[in-house]
Amino acid sequence: MDPVAVLGQILVGLSRAMILFIVAAGLSLVLGVLRVPNVFHGSLYMIGAFVAWTVAEAMGEHPARLWAALVAAPLATAAVGLVVERTLLCRLYQREHLMLILFTFGVMLILNDLVKLGWGPTYRSLVPPEALQGSVSVLGVALPRYNLVLLLAGPLVATALWLFAHRTRIGKIARAAATDREMVAVLGIDVGRVFAVAFGVGCLLAGLGGALVAPTTSITLGMDHTLLIESFLIVIIGGLGNLWGALVGSLLFGVAHSVGLLIWPQFAIAFPYAITAGVLLLRPQGLLRSVW
Amino acid sequence: MVNGTRLGIGALLAALLAAPAFLPPFYVYLLALILVTGLLATSLNLVLGFGGMYQFHHGVFYGIGAYTLAIAITKLNWPAWAGMVAGPLAAALAGLLMGLVCVRLERLYFGMLQLSLGSFVWIVALRWYPITGGDNGLHGIPLPAGLQPLDSAYRFILVTVAASLLALWAVVRSPFGLTLQAIRDNPQRCPVVGIPVRAHQLAAMVLAAFFAGVAGILYVVLERSVFPNMLFWVLSLEILVMCLLGGWFTFLGPLLGAALVVALRVFAGRHTEYWTLILGVLLILLIFFLPEGILGTLRARRAQNLRVSMPQPTPAGDAHG
Repeated sequence: MDPVAVLGQILVGLSRAMILFIVAAGLSLVLGVLRVPNVFHGSLYMIGAFVAWTVAEAMGEHPARLWAALVAAPLATAAVGLVVERTLLCRLYQREHLMLILFTFGVMLILNDLVKLGWGPTYRSLVPPEALQGSVSVLGVALPRYNLVLLLAGPLVATALWLFAHRTRIGKIARAAATDREMVAVLGIDVGRVFAVAFGVGCLLAGLGGALVAPTTSITLGMDHTLLIESFLIVIIGGLGNLWGALVGSLLFGVAHSVGLLIWPQFAIAFPYAITAGVLLLRPQGLLRSVW
Repeated sequence: MVNGTRLGIGALLAALLAAPAFLPPFYVYLLALILVTGLLATSLNLVLGFGGMYQFHHGVFYGIGAYTLAIAITKLNWPAWAGMVAGPLAAALAGLLMGLVCVRLERLYFGMLQLSLGSFVWIVALRWYPITGGDNGLHGIPLPAGLQPLDSAYRFILVTVAASLLALWAVVRSPFGLTLQAIRDNPQRCPVVGIPVRAHQLAAMVLAAFFAGVAGILYVVLERSVFPNMLFWVLSLEILVMCLLGGWFTFLGPLLGAALVVALRVFAGRHTEYWTLILGVLLILLIFFLPEGILGTLRARRAQNLRVSMPQPTPAGDAHG
């Protein structure tokens, strides 16, 4: 097999892995701290892509259109998430997982229909600014210039999240709440506020993932469907609520898929699922343990 | 069962059998669809409501049952009846294989592993064009002439669903079913008193998969087509909603839930393409106001009324009055 082609696929896989990581990290944060398996996380990703498209369109040829979109979309999805969390979800934390899954599934059904109402069923595409069009040569591989943005975004987000979790007060409390929320509440800390922040950040990451992916794919209804399952599986194989686990899981997923395209294109998207099953069989608790 | 209930079910069955004589075909079709979906939801509830297991991807067994029949007829030229036997058996086999892997894990991990294995099967159905027809599915599956008219398809479905529900009822009431509920209610104590928990859960999964497979072949009898969305996770969550809506700690709840959701989809779907929005709102209302579902809430209320109407023991022995 042509080594340049393999390397090219790996690089493409890595860029996809970065998107997966950003989205899965948000899901992992919510699952780890709030213990909510958020089914509408994928919808927020889709909303992020649509909002990014709308903002970029509204700005016409302005050079900063992409950057504005990358800021506006996460803020919009964080707002949606916070409204749902503060009005309804916060009343359900004592319920079992199944109820939380069904509740967030209900929100997903509503959000997806609202997206259909707002943007219609047609395909959209977001053209990256001229400076990011075309491709660059990396070790003889022609890589789309925009993929460099993705390859940078992943580590940046990982660092920012690590700093948030380990260097800020609220991040430390969130980590403590993930381990033992009763203890944190007993200490007189307003757990509800911590949960709201964690949920907001989680939703923000879903929107950021959607905005980042927008220039590389067609923006359409249903773009959330497989991504949601993939991010759930990444969170699970990484180890529930573990940031680095989410990173490892994303890399595994992204690269498995793109290398799978070289080996058996027709069934390439099955590779990550098979890997998940294998990992869970060998390590049911996930690759890494410990929260955040 | 109370005699009145038995009589009521007998009357309902008779009415359902006679339905094609006085109902327009559209409603006969709707009833058949409700019966098929109801059996699917009831089979899920064996593991979900009675077993307490997070079976997130039950739809996969439905799909496997349906695809097995469709492939047996169109690709292997088997007689239809052989395919109808093979469908549920293939689903049960899939349940066994998946169960062997999944029952080793606890709740959420169980559900997630199942979701990943189920998605794997979905992709195979979606991509294996020569056999499964890929994303188009398989359509116009030729069935025996006797099953072709809607009325006879409906009667075949009714009889099969009734027999399956009876079998599932027997399972729930059997010592096996009671043990399963004990495992659900107290997963820590059961292994201590010597109950082989995983063996019970595995057996429940195989049974549930078998009857989901029965629902799958009935779907083919009704629609004469299969498509990959039967194995997609969204359908599986919809079946979960049906169980919750009707009452997942009751036997007939999932059937009622299926009837309501299918009717909602058909009737709301005529007026708006946003029927899932209605379903979403309904689901959220349900979680807040009727967490035990319709039948579960009715049963709780009836039990309460019964207590109120019974002569109360005098609180004489109560020191605090």
